[in-house]
Amino acid sequence: MKKIIFIFSLFLIGFSVQSQEIKKKKNAKVTFEVDGICGMCKKRIETAALKTKGVKFALWDVSSHQLNLIMDERKTDVLTVQKNILKVGHDVVGLDAQKIAATEEAYNSVHPCCKYRDEEIVLDHEGGLKKQKKQ
Amino acid sequence: MKKYILSSFLLLIPFIIFSQTTFKGMIMDKNNPKDNLGVEDVSVHWLHTNVSAITNKKGWFTIPYKTEYKKLVVSYLGYKTDTILITSLKPIHHFLTLKSELNEVIVKTKKKATYKSFLSTANMFTVNSEELLKAACCNLAESFETNPSIDVSFSDALTGTKQIQMLGLTSPYLLISQENIPSVRGASQVFGLTFTPGTWVESIQITKGAGSVVNGYESISGQINAELVKPFSDNKFFLNAYSSLNGRLELNTHFNQRVSDKWQTGIYIHGNYRGEKFDKNNDNFLDNPLANQINVMNRWQYTDAKKGWVSFINVRFLNDEKQTGEINFNPELDKGTTNAWGSEIDTKRFETSAKLGYVFPELPFQSIGFQMAYSNHQQDSYFGLNVYDIEHESIYSNLIFNSIIGDTRNKFKTGISFTYDKFDELVNITNYDRKENSLGAFFEYGFDNLDDFSFTAGLRIDTHNLLGTFVTPRFYLRYVPWENSVVRASFGRGKRSANIFAENQQLFASSRQINVKDVGGNIYGLNPEIAWNYGVSYMQKFNVFDKKGDITFDFYQTDFQNQVIVDWENPQEISFYDLDGKSVANSFQVELSYTLAENFNLRTAYKYFDISIDYKSENLQKPIQPKNRFFANLSYETVAKENGSQWKFDATFNSIGKQRLPKTASNPVQYQLSEYSDAYQMLNSQITKVFSNKFEVYIGAENLTNVQQENPILASDAPFGSNFDSTILYSPIFGRAMYAGLRFKIK
Repeated sequence: MKKIIFIFSLFLIGFSVQSQEIKKKKNAKVTFEVDGICGMCKKRIETAALKTKGVKFALWDVSSHQLNLIMDERKTDVLTVQKNILKVGHDVVGLDAQKIAATEEAYNSVHPCCKYRDEEIVLDHEGGLKKQKKQ
Repeated sequence: MKKYILSSFLLLIPFIIFSQTTFKGMIMDKNNPKDNLGVEDVSVHWLHTNVSAITNKKGWFTIPYKTEYKKLVVSYLGYKTDTILITSLKPIHHFLTLKSELNEVIVKTKKKATYKSFLSTANMFTVNSEELLKAACCNLAESFETNPSIDVSFSDALTGTKQIQMLGLTSPYLLISQENIPSVRGASQVFGLTFTPGTWVESIQITKGAGSVVNGYESISGQINAELVKPFSDNKFFLNAYSSLNGRLELNTHFNQRVSDKWQTGIYIHGNYRGEKFDKNNDNFLDNPLANQINVMNRWQYTDAKKGWVSFINVRFLNDEKQTGEINFNPELDKGTTNAWGSEIDTKRFETSAKLGYVFPELPFQSIGFQMAYSNHQQDSYFGLNVYDIEHESIYSNLIFNSIIGDTRNKFKTGISFTYDKFDELVNITNYDRKENSLGAFFEYGFDNLDDFSFTAGLRIDTHNLLGTFVTPRFYLRYVPWENSVVRASFGRGKRSANIFAENQQLFASSRQINVKDVGGNIYGLNPEIAWNYGVSYMQKFNVFDKKGDITFDFYQTDFQNQVIVDWENPQEISFYDLDGKSVANSFQVELSYTLAENFNLRTAYKYFDISIDYKSENLQKPIQPKNRFFANLSYETVAKENGSQWKFDATFNSIGKQRLPKTASNPVQYQLSEYSDAYQMLNSQITKVFSNKFEVYIGAENLTNVQQENPILASDAPFGSNFDSTILYSPIFGRAMYAGLRFKIK
């Protein structure tokens, strides 16, 4: 009896471990956060993602900062996509849940109105959004 | 006992571990069936982390948890991304919101009545319902009066039917479709646009020049697509009544009803009536035909957003009757006699169509669409002693597959289509029967670098029983040379069979002899029409005095390889023959839009046309076609109050240059016209008072400048004589006319 229970517990542990294993999917849906503030950022982020070989579809949401991707995991991985987004100057939230900052050089290449690290500019955009909503 | 405690502890370990470090929840969608609300494959993650999980088949997820995790982000393609504040470990139940539901709200806050796309590859603009309201009356043919790219003219002096032109070519050279199913063609070419009530139209997309190959090979100078109101988005109830001092009454009602979660239906009824006889110019002929029309449409819409299915089913029936001619003409006594000249045109049309679309839920960029339509159009008519009957039966089907190559910068559309047309015509005593069928395949590739360059290249191959097997290439591109500007270019080929009688049926209301020069071709002995269209367009947005505006320059050329020439140059006859030589239509347009002040907009355009055709006798400009046109539209609206109440003012000015008239020099002196018509100016205006979101009234005036053609019918004193001719109409017959109407809607 003891053995059976023991094995059963082991089995359950094994099961929970197995569920974490990732299969390489042809059309994998991936979501992570990318910092940015406006429509121009959206275009820049989505273009950088799409230009990564293996990424089929990219959609970045201005308000939630979430980047939704559909990609071929056999051809690319999240890290490569994130690298390419960092290259165009946008911070991403990496695999280890830590924010990875784009290099100062890359960040400086974004349009002045897209300086998402500058609080004033962020506030300005939020104010802009509010104005639009009022209309 | 100890052992048991130990083993039960072991048994619990995995659970304990779970319960300490995971958080559970269920993600649902209201649109799913009740027993299965859960959504599979939704991704959830903790904000600012990469700790994520995906929901299982039933919509449940389990995600590792730490106390510092507070905000859970739920995202799913096509749905709004939500962030949920988590305060306890209690499992959550969360409903997703469709992204489209959200967009609709945004669109409502700010919409432009006419929208010239900056991003689309083709030279296309969209006219939405708000713009359509500016021309209060009443059908699709009249919807373009506030639009500078489409020219409205008149077909003949008897029916006064409005005709549209683009790039200087009449509507047979345009592909006019209803929800991407070709609709105004064949037998319905002349009156077809008047058979779609304006209130049924949700928006119109106008593409100049060569367009997509997806909807066929027939379009030459452009494409006009009308999207109809949809049961899902239209008002629950809508009523529109209209009355004009020229005797026209119209009534439109819409009823939309939800049948189930996924099914919605709508019934749209249109009726118009004109019973009063007017002869203001005292030529003994009615200025406007007596008319009545009943037009009923039933639509069914099916939407299952989760599974990706969309479908429309349409059924429509139309009955239209017109009577025109001499004012004392009585059809019962005088039909077929020379007592009085009169004409009746009775049309019955039945059409049904079905569309089915499927978007792969996992792959938002991939979809399959299928369209199928059947129509039967029957027109029985006589014009004096001339008889013209036509029955046109048509089947259209198209299967389209949309997807990408590699990523969404490279898109393609491919598919096959099948069409069948059966014409049965009676021209006086001669029968013309014709069957056409074609099978085609198309492929269209679109590239977009997401920045400053995109192009679309399409090719279709069709095999047609009368036109042969042929290739139709179409190409258009867009390039942004510098900020706020767009250069567009296009070229393409079109081919069609000309329905000479249906398209020119005004000829029957004249004493002209019909003369078709048979060269052994397949269509009335004539060959199919083939043309190439080339165009370039440049648009620049600007900001002057802190106000936005844009200016567009368009140049288009249509070069006919073969055309069925309609030759009106001998007043005793009308001739149809194949082009021998050159036929080229050049059009140039410069259009300027500018916001003069808040809610006060100006749109103005100058157009120049040079349409030269090699007739049998000589090269001439196309008759009844002004070389110069000027257009201006001013619109102003007050800021809407919270209940929607506001005033709207709109005025449209048209200046139409002199027009070459068909030759009449061989007529007796009293029936001769000058070589050119005089230029004239027209003004229309409208005022709308919106009382609330539910109710509004409008009044307006057409032809405020009271322009009238002096002598619209030649030899109106001798309609059975040899000089009678009602086809040379270059300006309005009816003078100034006021109208009023109301709209009532329940959301």
